[in-house]
Amino acid sequence: MYVAVKGGEAAIANAHRLLDDRRRGDRSVPVLTLDQITQQLALAVDRVMAEGSLYDPELAAMAVKQARGDLIEAIFLLRAYRTTLPRFAASKPIDTGAMKIERRISATYKDLPGGQLLGPTFDYTHRLIEPDMADDRPVPEPERRSCDRHESAPRVTDILGADAMIEPDGEGTPEREPADLTRSPRTFPADRDARLQALARGDEGFLLALGYSTQRGYGRTHPFVGEIRIGEVEVEIELPELGFPVAIGRVKVTECQMISQFKGSKSEPPQFTRGYGLVFGQSERKAMSMSLVDRALRAEEFDEERVSPAQDEEFVLAHSDNVQATGFVEHLKLPHYVDFQAELELLRRMRSEQQYEDAHKEAAQ
Amino acid sequence: MNATLPAYNFAYLDEQTKRMIRRAILKAVAIPGYQVPFASREMPMPYGWGTGGVQVTASVIGPDDILKVIDQGSDDTTNAVSIRAFFARVANVAVTTKTVEATVIQTRHRIPETPLSEGQILVYQVPIPEPLRFLEPRETETRIMHALEEYGLMHVKLYEDIAQNGHIATTYAYPVKVEGRYVMDPSPIPKFDNPKMDDCPALQLFGAGREQRIYAIPPHTRIESLDFEDHPFRVQEFDRPCGLCGATDVYLDEIVTDDRGGRLFACSDTDYCEERRERAA
Amino acid sequence: MSEAPLLNATAITKTYGSQIGCENISLDIHEGEVLAIVGESGSGKTTLLNCLAQRLPMTAGRVSYRMRDGTTRDLAGLTEAERRFLMRTDWGFVHQNPADGLRIRVSAGANIGERLMAIGDRHYGQIRETAHDWLSRVEIPGVRIDDRPTAFSGGMRQRLQIARNLVTNPRLVFMDEPTGGLDVSVQARLLDLLRGLVDQLALAAIVVTHDLAVARLLSHRMIVMKGGRVIETGLTDRVLDDPRHPYTQLLVASILEV
Repeated sequence: MYVAVKGGEAAIANAHRLLDDRRRGDRSVPVLTLDQITQQLALAVDRVMAEGSLYDPELAAMAVKQARGDLIEAIFLLRAYRTTLPRFAASKPIDTGAMKIERRISATYKDLPGGQLLGPTFDYTHRLIEPDMADDRPVPEPERRSCDRHESAPRVTDILGADAMIEPDGEGTPEREPADLTRSPRTFPADRDARLQALARGDEGFLLALGYSTQRGYGRTHPFVGEIRIGEVEVEIELPELGFPVAIGRVKVTECQMISQFKGSKSEPPQFTRGYGLVFGQSERKAMSMSLVDRALRAEEFDEERVSPAQDEEFVLAHSDNVQATGFVEHLKLPHYVDFQAELELLRRMRSEQQYEDAHKEAAQ
Repeated sequence: MNATLPAYNFAYLDEQTKRMIRRAILKAVAIPGYQVPFASREMPMPYGWGTGGVQVTASVIGPDDILKVIDQGSDDTTNAVSIRAFFARVANVAVTTKTVEATVIQTRHRIPETPLSEGQILVYQVPIPEPLRFLEPRETETRIMHALEEYGLMHVKLYEDIAQNGHIATTYAYPVKVEGRYVMDPSPIPKFDNPKMDDCPALQLFGAGREQRIYAIPPHTRIESLDFEDHPFRVQEFDRPCGLCGATDVYLDEIVTDDRGGRLFACSDTDYCEERRERAA
Repeated sequence: MSEAPLLNATAITKTYGSQIGCENISLDIHEGEVLAIVGESGSGKTTLLNCLAQRLPMTAGRVSYRMRDGTTRDLAGLTEAERRFLMRTDWGFVHQNPADGLRIRVSAGANIGERLMAIGDRHYGQIRETAHDWLSRVEIPGVRIDDRPTAFSGGMRQRLQIARNLVTNPRLVFMDEPTGGLDVSVQARLLDLLRGLVDQLALAAIVVTHDLAVARLLSHRMIVMKGGRVIETGLTDRVLDDPRHPYTQLLVASILEV
């Protein structure tokens, strides 16, 4: 006699216990410490903070550990925590011009005030697996030079802006707080602040593919890397009681400004246009992709024909979030017995009708 | 390392968020079938796994409520177990598997066989709230279509089904018209359940978390399934009773019992089936 | 004609930035009348058509239309719902490329039936019968009713697009180069069909074409455009047989040379 399935609760509990076991692995191997993760897997932590939209290296490291290194799962953990946090204030816009720079390169000027600073980059490394990685060889200290505190490294776009060769930076909308997709529903057409937020939180792989597609002709924007800079910036908030901004901490960010295809009109002389990318932590790939896609999404603004996926705001914004995407793709593994049964029933009925008709036709012949 | 774990509010969501969701629900009740955008929160379960339903339930549930959660009609499927455990943990509410006892029922893909009554709330988990989505992918366009009641395209789809298959080939998530105005996706319930929505004494709420929409059917609202005069809407019919309780007018699951083509057809609503068997025993 | 015009356009101007699409154009069209708008590409004829058909916002000017209930309305004053209703009942729009005017992924029958369903027809059998009827009127075999337009030749697609537009018995049809992109032999057949339908149904039509033969065969009156302006207007036979403006003379002469 068949008995309906029971015991879901126990099965889930056991599955989770097994998950814990597999996460820990061989108990004779020392457990990972959070410091090890933040120090030695720093770029994984950066990605989790960027797409998790929460700047907290320790929590991100915990999430990476709990997710067994599955970064989208870690991003999800961080997001689910972030959503419960109260909001105290919106910060003042960060000033990337005043960044404490660790890396700064421009592809448009050979030399410029502040210089080209290569910083910690994989660029120019030969991608050969180092035998040293198998054990703990001593690593020499980096070269250091003392820097003049007042040496300025103006942003390339500001240099161009001084000659009005590039469209001015938007003023933003100081009278209202910037859009927040996590607090108000997505609407179309979206404002650029909402778009940039979506891109900053968006999946690196998705944005990379879209950015790449614009280079291959699907919404081409003729981009130059005006500048990429990575370093720490101060976060300031304005306290009404004080009447002046107060620094509440520092975050590491990567900023990319793409200088793109120029445009002119009757009233405006031709000028370069901008694509903007900014992400938490160190991630050039993401910041560059973001700036390509940002520029592509501005097609309407510049009266460009909108024909490619990267230019399609609804397409890009509705699909860039990897927590949403992974949830919906993976929900297909939930039971669908009922719907499947409905389809099966219809299919059987249609087939039996067809057999009946065929039999009739034969009989008639 | 001093990451203090937060203490969660009753039913997980903070009160401000609940108020925001309740406002959306009130608007949805006032305009039956209209999809109200709401600022869906990131929940501690994946999108597509009932985050919309969970947020709606969290916003309407109180300490005295009795909650039932079903998935595919069953209280014991993994997702139902997980969501029930979530509310037992964060809201400490009483839970039940009995439809008649529950004051709030959260469901995925079914409406219970036992008729609902006044005072009950049925919360549906909705993956894609937009009934026009697969005919017109653009949000900006579908909103205009709803605003102008431009629903011809829906019938083009049904026409095409009949022309190609001889039948309306939609078997679940079968679109309905609410109180003669909005065309609505009833979530992926089998069309067998569509008639239960019509003139239902319970309040029906629909939550789509990933798509950030809430909509509602207030009690005793007219719900019509779209069809043609000469191809009227018909529900699935099973040519046998439930193999366990003998019920005849219910939706059945097909269970493969061996590898030689053995099949058992049994109630998909496990609570209903058990009740009947208990009464018979 | 003593009756009030079906459609009246007054001083229509459309500019794109500093460029002129069309400038200060006024015209009337009466019930059952076919007007051809001719000119070479870039003359502004398609811009004008799209302004008249409310598919493009005008920079200046006004279009009014005598509705089925007899009232004459300024089309700028229609609500979006009224505008859409007008466009799918009393108007038709035939695109040069049939793919722009058809649902390429649904059957011929559904393409014809769509407008009927949009205005509330809910009887499958009757919709299908009407679709059958219209297929035969545009000379498409009835057995193709469940085929998709992707399986049709260019000429058949264009005929299907016409049937899809005429199924609600519109009084005014806009056509943008309806025979463009078709082989010459196919063009002739389509023109013949169009002429028959326009006659039978007493349709008013505004036809944009660069092909004077199309204007000659279909239209009662024509206007000639150049650089966004009307340079000559009159009865079709008169304009083609006795062109007054030097540019029209050139157009007519060049056609004769071919």
